[in-house]
Amino acid sequence: MGKKRKTSEINSSSMADIAFLLLIFFLVTTSMGSTTGLTRRLPPPLPPDQDIPPVDINKRNLFVVKINSQNQLLVQGTEISVKELRAKTKEFIRNDANELTLPVKSKVTIPLIGEMEITKEHVISLQNDVDTQYQAYIEVQNELVAAYSELRNELSKSKFGKEYSELDEAHQKAIQAAYPQKISEAEPKNYGGVK
Amino acid sequence: MAQIRKKEDRETPALATSSLPDIIFMFLFFFMAVTTMKEVTFKVRVSPPMASEAEKLENKSLTRYIYVGKPMEDLKKTFGSETRIQLGDAFADVSELQQFIINERSAMKEEDQPLLTVSIKADKDTKMGIVNDIKKELRNASALKIIYAAAKKTGS
Repeated sequence: MGKKRKTSEINSSSMADIAFLLLIFFLVTTSMGSTTGLTRRLPPPLPPDQDIPPVDINKRNLFVVKINSQNQLLVQGTEISVKELRAKTKEFIRNDANELTLPVKSKVTIPLIGEMEITKEHVISLQNDVDTQYQAYIEVQNELVAAYSELRNELSKSKFGKEYSELDEAHQKAIQAAYPQKISEAEPKNYGGVK
Repeated sequence: MAQIRKKEDRETPALATSSLPDIIFMFLFFFMAVTTMKEVTFKVRVSPPMASEAEKLENKSLTRYIYVGKPMEDLKKTFGSETRIQLGDAFADVSELQQFIINERSAMKEEDQPLLTVSIKADKDTKMGIVNDIKKELRNASALKIIYAAAKKTGS
């Protein structure tokens, strides 16, 4: 009597099985990877029964990109390939030589950067056909965004000596003010293809 | 003096499995950290287009998804092979989109409502016609923040 009994160790051999079960459950119910994509802002809805107010955009401020049903590109009236689009967009937004066919430049003062000549009023209009393939549309959107981010990077390197993504929020805002993203998504027109 | 060991039958000791649970738990936590709960069961096949400039989505709880694509193989018999829209767990028509957004929005917290983002997950072979219809409906429903889901293309 009064013998001290040792508590026997908990048998932990089934622990692995339990863990395996949990692991497999999580493998099945979850999905890898995060969502990535291109963010866009749609224009606010128009009140019904009202004509669309004609927007007066100077023709030289407008950069028209059209994609037809065969996924071909027509930029400013000339047919080009997707690869050339980025350079062409950059040239348009920057307007280095202040040419008359490219958008109007105006002097603005941006905090942290100072006075700068930017093409404030430029608009990139992206029009697509009903039969345009989604992949082609995204490729074009991607090239346009890439053109903007390259311009922003160049400016940020020359002004602050850093990549755009490494800047803090205030500096990023300043760069954004210099190169505002202006991509208009017009209602599609059924030009080109036979329907 | 050097002792000479007697030859005896040596048995290979049993494999120590005591650390197995720890290893498995490590796996488990890794998977819990890197994966997310499946949003829905897919009824349409979506292979997203590629884009090098794709950004990561900031806030998943504020995002609602619209799937656009052709029905899965086993559903083709009943639903045909035309491109369809999937909202939540069911197929839907473009006209139901507005109601869907309104429902989803009212289910959210009030301060989060203006931040609602709609992710359009469309297959890369989708025609733009249907995407345009969706965009129009979203505009009418004032869900203006949209994201075109695209896979990140690495390299150039």
